[in-house]
Amino acid sequence: MVTNVSSQAAVTALREVVCEAAAKRAPLRIRAGGTKDFYGNATTGSVLDPRCHSGVLAYEPSELVITACAGTSLAELENTLAEHGQMLAFEPPHFGSTATLGGCIAAGLAGPRRTAYGPSYGGVRDFVLGARMLDGRGEVLTFGGSVMKNVAGYDLARLLVGSLGVLGVILEVSVKVLPQPAAQLTLSFELEQQESLDRLNAWAGQPLPLSASVWHEGVLSVRLSGNRAAVTDARGRLGGELMEASSADEFWASIREQTHPFFAGAEALWRVCVPSTMPASELHSTPLIEWGGALRWLRTSRASQEVRAAAQRGGGHATLFRGDPSYDVFTPLAAPLMTIHRRLKSHFDPAGIFNPGRLYREL
Amino acid sequence: MNRQREMASALCELLPQHCVLWSAEDTRPYECDGLMLHRQLPMIVVLPETEVEVAQVLRLCHARGVPVVPRGAGTGLSGGALPHGEGVLLSLAKLNRIIEVDPLARTATVQPGVRNLAISEAAAQHGLYYAPDPSSQVACTIGGNVAENSGGVHCLKYGLTVHNVLRVRGVTMEGESVDFGSLAPDASGLDLLATIIGSEGMLAVTTEVTVRLVPRPRLARCIMASFADVGHAGDAVAALIAAGIIPAGLEMLDQAASRLVEPFANAGYDLEAAAVLLCESDGTPEEVDAEIEHMCAVLREARATRIQVSSNEAERLRFWAGRKNAFPAAGRASPAYYCMDGTIPRKRLGEMLRTIQALELKYQLRCPNVFHAGDGNLHPLILFDDGDPESVARAEAFGAEILERCIEIGGTITGEHGVGVEKLDQMCSQFDPSTRAAFVAVKCAFDPSRLLNPGKVIPTLHRCAEYGRMRVSSGKLPFAELPRY
Repeated sequence: MVTNVSSQAAVTALREVVCEAAAKRAPLRIRAGGTKDFYGNATTGSVLDPRCHSGVLAYEPSELVITACAGTSLAELENTLAEHGQMLAFEPPHFGSTATLGGCIAAGLAGPRRTAYGPSYGGVRDFVLGARMLDGRGEVLTFGGSVMKNVAGYDLARLLVGSLGVLGVILEVSVKVLPQPAAQLTLSFELEQQESLDRLNAWAGQPLPLSASVWHEGVLSVRLSGNRAAVTDARGRLGGELMEASSADEFWASIREQTHPFFAGAEALWRVCVPSTMPASELHSTPLIEWGGALRWLRTSRASQEVRAAAQRGGGHATLFRGDPSYDVFTPLAAPLMTIHRRLKSHFDPAGIFNPGRLYREL
Repeated sequence: MNRQREMASALCELLPQHCVLWSAEDTRPYECDGLMLHRQLPMIVVLPETEVEVAQVLRLCHARGVPVVPRGAGTGLSGGALPHGEGVLLSLAKLNRIIEVDPLARTATVQPGVRNLAISEAAAQHGLYYAPDPSSQVACTIGGNVAENSGGVHCLKYGLTVHNVLRVRGVTMEGESVDFGSLAPDASGLDLLATIIGSEGMLAVTTEVTVRLVPRPRLARCIMASFADVGHAGDAVAALIAAGIIPAGLEMLDQAASRLVEPFANAGYDLEAAAVLLCESDGTPEEVDAEIEHMCAVLREARATRIQVSSNEAERLRFWAGRKNAFPAAGRASPAYYCMDGTIPRKRLGEMLRTIQALELKYQLRCPNVFHAGDGNLHPLILFDDGDPESVARAEAFGAEILERCIEIGGTITGEHGVGVEKLDQMCSQFDPSTRAAFVAVKCAFDPSRLLNPGKVIPTLHRCAEYGRMRVSSGKLPFAELPRY
């Protein structure tokens, strides 16, 4: 990866802060724009702001890769890609104008395009090709690279996705990007929840250019993206009402950024991630459903054990996305998995200074 | 000998007797994988039939400090399944059951010994298939694919193993069963599924895999384009992607490779062309027609000298037959061949080919090239004589120099075949000591005893120091005739 002089100075500065904190065993809270402060368990420590390390380091559209510093504004990054007709295919939520690339990777949250279907789509981890990070000893580690295929050494760049900063400070990331679809349209259908789930799963087994879906209050909306001929053909097959293009864009943005009325209010918001075929009856409250049935958002004041048990019975897990911080936010891990987590934490962050407790109390 | 007898009788208490092999004639078939330059007889071979037996074997070996090397079909090309002389070779061949195909959820749950192609065959009746298609897919197993993060000719569009596996159930060296990932799109905690995939059997022994199945496209067609210069072909690859196209497959053969495979496969390749590019489009008939037309226009603009489009499925398969038979053709043309696997930025393809041509003269060995051009993943095939130690040494030095060049131009030493024992030296060049220390830490987090597939992937500090010294002495290897592990 290319590193320019000013970014080297920034890495040196970040490194000094880390080494000093490690020496004193004083916790650091890694935080840039603070747009995802609500996410994860409560943590303590003085703020380490990686935004001093920002900017695009390498971008050649024909290589389908962008390499940028963690402090780079997510909006600016996406604008740069859009100028060349490309995009982050995982459609990450920003949750505010100050979101950064580093925060996007550390939170690991993907948006509507992370459907269970479409071969070219996926989660954040599916597009991360390489990363540089600063560990708790102040060492700079380099994983993966900026090429499409790389199996040299363990795939630790993807390990940083969703790590919520507990392993170290993400410095730079190389991400695979994709061309924006040539055509896009949204169809809506009046359908009950279970009927929608059945239909979404059946559609996903057919070669259709589905790029997003939402079911909410008796209406199923699906987005088709891709080659113009494929989108037109799929529209003919699926039927439904065509949503006007600008309201469709607004609608998908409101799902991605959670500005849709479903997400308003103070009641706890659960993110229930399950196999897309889990029957509607397994969850006792009415969700907003994304990802072809695999992501079900719940507003409920039910006890966390109850929500978790339902998700786990269905083969998935439940995260308290927004709500009472005194609960454990993430589904507890099986003992052998937690042992591996603890050992990893103790190598990457021997003094235990990075975002203590944010992912799990034990880390 | 005593140790072998003791271990064999202890294992026979855990497994049926026919599942434990120790005489040299029985263990000989396991002495190497697809990288035949390295061979080693294992102390014992075991072939457990259940996950419980796998866990029992691992617990016993852990308690007695005996190394374990897991093995699938043995098609790996980097020596990842090279046995340990004082260890147990754990073959997963008998765990070969397809547990469930769920057409509605589009998943298949299978045991590790199930062959890659068998998954697609089982899913075919539902119009679904498993996307990663390594060229060895008839023989290689899903357990091995998980270990290597295998790709194939369609991964630019459809991804690698890591993009197509939802869940891996594995047993740690300590004998504990662990689920990595889940049946949902993600799981809680760190993404250890991504760490397990491509870990070359060093972190846990895979006992069950749930893969994602995708709908089979209605139609696929392939373009075969000729170029008068390899640089032009490389530019054409960049031009296709810059035009916003993600071809379902994008492969390149240089002239030497086309001439090598043509008599074998009768694919109809243009033998006068410096490079042949295969570009595939899949989707609905209308979509494919539009994309093929778009691709042809871009290719013509990029100085293609001849363009042929497959008009039916038989013709499409014939176009691919040459590419998919490149390795066997190399095996026929030469006593032995050595397949390299570096990946580089796509724009450096032409330059890399010229470098390889210069190295052919330097080492006096032929080296036809096939590429997963869309991914920048190279497979130079160095032809040599394995009966001649001097030819072997030249082939290895040739390969090492290609890999060093890959690193220099911003690429990697392995795109899909793994490090195994083969590329340990180049790991020293590609990764700095702190990153290598992180790899050791990850290894220890899963396997503190370091008994599971030891000596693979991560070079020791000592080895790297030695490799550094060797490279300093102007690329001339001392004791070039000695095998290096």
